[in-house]
Amino acid sequence: MAECHICTKDLNVWYHDEQALKEISVEIPPRGITAIIGPSGCGKSTLLKSLNRLLEETEGVRVTGQVLIDDVDIYGPGVDVTEVRTRIGMLAPKPFPLPMSIYDNVAYGPRIHRQRLYLKQGSPRPKGNGNILDRAVQEHLQVAGLWDEVKDRLRSPASRLSTGQQQRLCLARALAVEPEALLCDEPTSALDPISAQRIEAQLQALKADVTIVVVTHILRQARRLADHVIFMWLGELVEAGPAAQVFNSPRDERTRNYLAGITG
Amino acid sequence: MIGATLTVLGSLVLILGTVVWRGLPALNLDMLTQTPKGGYYLGKEGGILNAIVGSFYLAGGATILAVVISLPIVLYLQIYAARTRRAELARLAIDVLWGIPSIVYGAFGFIIMLAIGMRASLLAGIITLALLELPIIVRGMDEAIALVPNALHEASLALGATRLETGIKVVVRQTAPALLTAVLLAFGRGIGDAAAVLFTAGYTDRLPGSLLSPVASLPLAVFFQLGTPFPAVRERAYAAALVLTVIVLAISLISRRLAKRLTKHVIR
Repeated sequence: MAECHICTKDLNVWYHDEQALKEISVEIPPRGITAIIGPSGCGKSTLLKSLNRLLEETEGVRVTGQVLIDDVDIYGPGVDVTEVRTRIGMLAPKPFPLPMSIYDNVAYGPRIHRQRLYLKQGSPRPKGNGNILDRAVQEHLQVAGLWDEVKDRLRSPASRLSTGQQQRLCLARALAVEPEALLCDEPTSALDPISAQRIEAQLQALKADVTIVVVTHILRQARRLADHVIFMWLGELVEAGPAAQVFNSPRDERTRNYLAGITG
Repeated sequence: MIGATLTVLGSLVLILGTVVWRGLPALNLDMLTQTPKGGYYLGKEGGILNAIVGSFYLAGGATILAVVISLPIVLYLQIYAARTRRAELARLAIDVLWGIPSIVYGAFGFIIMLAIGMRASLLAGIITLALLELPIIVRGMDEAIALVPNALHEASLALGATRLETGIKVVVRQTAPALLTAVLLAFGRGIGDAAAVLFTAGYTDRLPGSLLSPVASLPLAVFFQLGTPFPAVRERAYAAALVLTVIVLAISLISRRLAKRLTKHVIR
């Protein structure tokens, strides 16, 4: 791989005494879609969650090693974790709207970040930025492909949307803080095929601007989406590289067996 | 199943029935709008307005005080300490506090009052009742918040929100109905408690004057009137009990309505 946007160096993760990731050193190039594949319980989601430090919200987790984003270690001293998570967005397997209206869900991220900025600078809140927020909400709902369905009921509770719509709302919500990368943890696993297809199309459209990392155990999905592939097996990194190379001429036997459907 | 329902429903109907049957005949407008006049406790004219107003002051003040003290505790338990040993210790202490009989709170409040030379008063009653309500509010809120799915926390944290922002903007909204229920449950417990205010708030035939003067309450109005030898006064005790029951019922109905309205945005 050429340049790297997010890369890990000797990353180890333990849940209490159990080691979930072993010495992972991998490079994720900027933009495009990188798929992390492998059987269940091989550490795919753990690796993903370590990239925006969401992992440390889980009890009993210990992390060693480095995760570099643009050559800065996000586990280094003095790093603001909220800034990391603002730059690296996330889409969860099951859509979880926030307990508020559709509009407020998308506006949630921009609002808290602006509020914090004002608190830090001590300057009064500028008036009349409601329009800016309105535009941002509309824009991100459009990018997520949800705008036409909800434009007449932005104030109604997000919980009333269908699961597929909720996942697109979560996508809009994640994009609203304008992240440079988006981590997707089995983003279509709770969705029907049509909704799943829409999410995939949305990700395809986004990959020109945003680095997208998708965890999936659906091989066909990885083949459809991925520009780069990372194959994991029992907490170890087995193989990583351009999708064509990993899918067509895997170097490792474990990758070959998994892709052939013999294991996993 | 049917047996269980009948037992519960039967007890409720029996208690309500008794209070209504014995109390309703003695209940009239004077009871609700007048304070006791001379000879009231011999069966002459007057009412229990002093106790009704006093009870609202006591329970209202205690609930506000208890909520003010509870919120930082709940925030600490849920946002910063969650499952640490220190938090579990705090939870154990709160559970024990919940189990302490209210007469013990009353006696404790009385000793403190004696020590600092304070007399039975509205303020002392409010503080004692607040101590009684505190564990109900803290535990109620704590358990409601503990039920919030982890994925909802993570959804907010993943957007770059801090734990505090997540707590205030997401978790409070998600649990609003349960938080309100905890507060109103505590209010109901406070307004119905006789033992905690027996020594601390005292009793008076006048309407509450200041924070430092004694104040009447409905449970004690029932208690004192029931202890007299005059049937007419005992009837009024049931009337006071009826008023108290209606207030508690109204609170529980109102809380249900409000809780329903607040569930609009809750994610399931």
